[in-house]
Amino acid sequence: MSEKFDVIVVGAGPSGNAAAYTLARAGLSVLQLERGESPGTKNVQGAILYAHALEKIIPDFRDHAPLERHVVEQRMWLMDEAQACSGMTYRDEQFAQPPHYRYTIVRARFDRWFSEQVREAGATVINETTVTGLLKDKNGKVVGVQTERDGGEIRADAVILADGVNSLVAQRAGLREDIRAEHAALAVKEMLFLPRETIEQRFGIGEEQGVVIEIAGRITHGMVGTGFLYTNHDSLAIGIGCMLSDLRRQQLSPYQLLEGLKRHPSIRPLIEGAEMKEYAAHVIPEGGYKALPRLYGDGWMIVGDSAGFVNAVHREGSNLAMTSGRLAAETLIALKTRDKPFTASNLSAYKAALDGSFVMKDLKKYAEVPSFLHGNPHMLGTYPSLLNTAAREMLMVDGTDKRTKQRRIFAEVREKRSLLGLVGDSYRFWRAFK
Amino acid sequence: MSAANNAPAATPPGINVEEKLFQNRYRVDPGRSHIRIKDPVACDGCAPKPCVVCCPAGAWRLEEGKVDLVVDGCLECGSCRIVCDRDNVDWNYPRGGFGILFKFG
Repeated sequence: MSEKFDVIVVGAGPSGNAAAYTLARAGLSVLQLERGESPGTKNVQGAILYAHALEKIIPDFRDHAPLERHVVEQRMWLMDEAQACSGMTYRDEQFAQPPHYRYTIVRARFDRWFSEQVREAGATVINETTVTGLLKDKNGKVVGVQTERDGGEIRADAVILADGVNSLVAQRAGLREDIRAEHAALAVKEMLFLPRETIEQRFGIGEEQGVVIEIAGRITHGMVGTGFLYTNHDSLAIGIGCMLSDLRRQQLSPYQLLEGLKRHPSIRPLIEGAEMKEYAAHVIPEGGYKALPRLYGDGWMIVGDSAGFVNAVHREGSNLAMTSGRLAAETLIALKTRDKPFTASNLSAYKAALDGSFVMKDLKKYAEVPSFLHGNPHMLGTYPSLLNTAAREMLMVDGTDKRTKQRRIFAEVREKRSLLGLVGDSYRFWRAFK
Repeated sequence: MSAANNAPAATPPGINVEEKLFQNRYRVDPGRSHIRIKDPVACDGCAPKPCVVCCPAGAWRLEEGKVDLVVDGCLECGSCRIVCDRDNVDWNYPRGGFGILFKFG
């Protein structure tokens, strides 16, 4: 391709689409390259869409985006391996009133829609094209991309890397290191189909209303990880993920965990009779603030999962992705308007914009959490199971007096964790999450 | 469980990954494997074989004690590359348009 673009965006996920849309709307010439047959066919997410991030890009998205259900209820469950489950439910009538702030989505549909908006805004989108490397000039400035196609060099004044968690392009160009197993969660997921009415009956929700269940506890066999069950229109998304370093150490396969979750007596009745239509897997970058790579340089910026913008504590990613894509685009637009080159020092405005947004503020807030959870397996294994033990003791009314039951609970707590350990854990928990 | 030095367990009974993958849509690129083992001999010296344990698609298998890789059902997650502490996995994306094509994602 002999034409030169203002910007090339690598990848058509939430961050790439946010960037390409924002740039094209401002009149810059944009080429977006996607390796899938169409945008969405390579992308996997739970998936929850937070309205705030998309609203800033497409304010009226609710009128035409393919949304599944708006979330009116969140359940947080602590599950043991096979029997018990305790939890908390938060349902809020305010969540049922428009404008809704959170939706379930099906990513293949949503990404295709988002990409249509990108095209309509004026960007050139080319699918089925894998970017294999970056072109640099003699000073090391990124000046374009190399694709696998014959004569596949394409030039641009800037490249936005939105190629996802594996970010091979950035790695091969020496712009970032590969993600480490301690910073990567592997999640597996199934799409289970049920009639719409069945879903609404089983979850106690009205038409268009949705429930989110987030799951922690011994169901992950003491590994750092969580499970989820989300309601779509006529399907349920069920999945579970754990850190790859933990799966490697414990020699457990991800589908073993998923099977355990599906067979758990608290889950089984909810998914019974459903037809499984897809099995997916995806790595999530959960290293947080301390694992972030360099975010910009001469002629390039990195956004979304490729940069590791995931808030693992709050299960947020796509909103950070869209926001980082938008901020990268706005940085380029501002420079272009003032006729300034896309040098590293000028692109540092992108980092400043991120620092001023919830993206960096939240990542900084939880900077210590990943190492805290790795060093304190009790948080996800021992304590949830103790809570379930306590609930079982107190709820099983069998003629034993309550003080005896209380003693049994404390004895079990002391057996599983020393007093000093308890105090230390509380302190470290407070330090990591404060 | 401290099994770091043990051989990985076979697929637990009752879970058929291939049956799961059968629901997925793929466009296979015949004769082109997007993942390669750099040095098969290095795998022989690796006892825990994390690629076999962690691969969500069962693409990495043990055949008579040796690691065997069949990428047709690959979900393109990257786990095998990330967990290999010998850096012995040459991992690429398939050619554009090939490989897994998620219907829902």
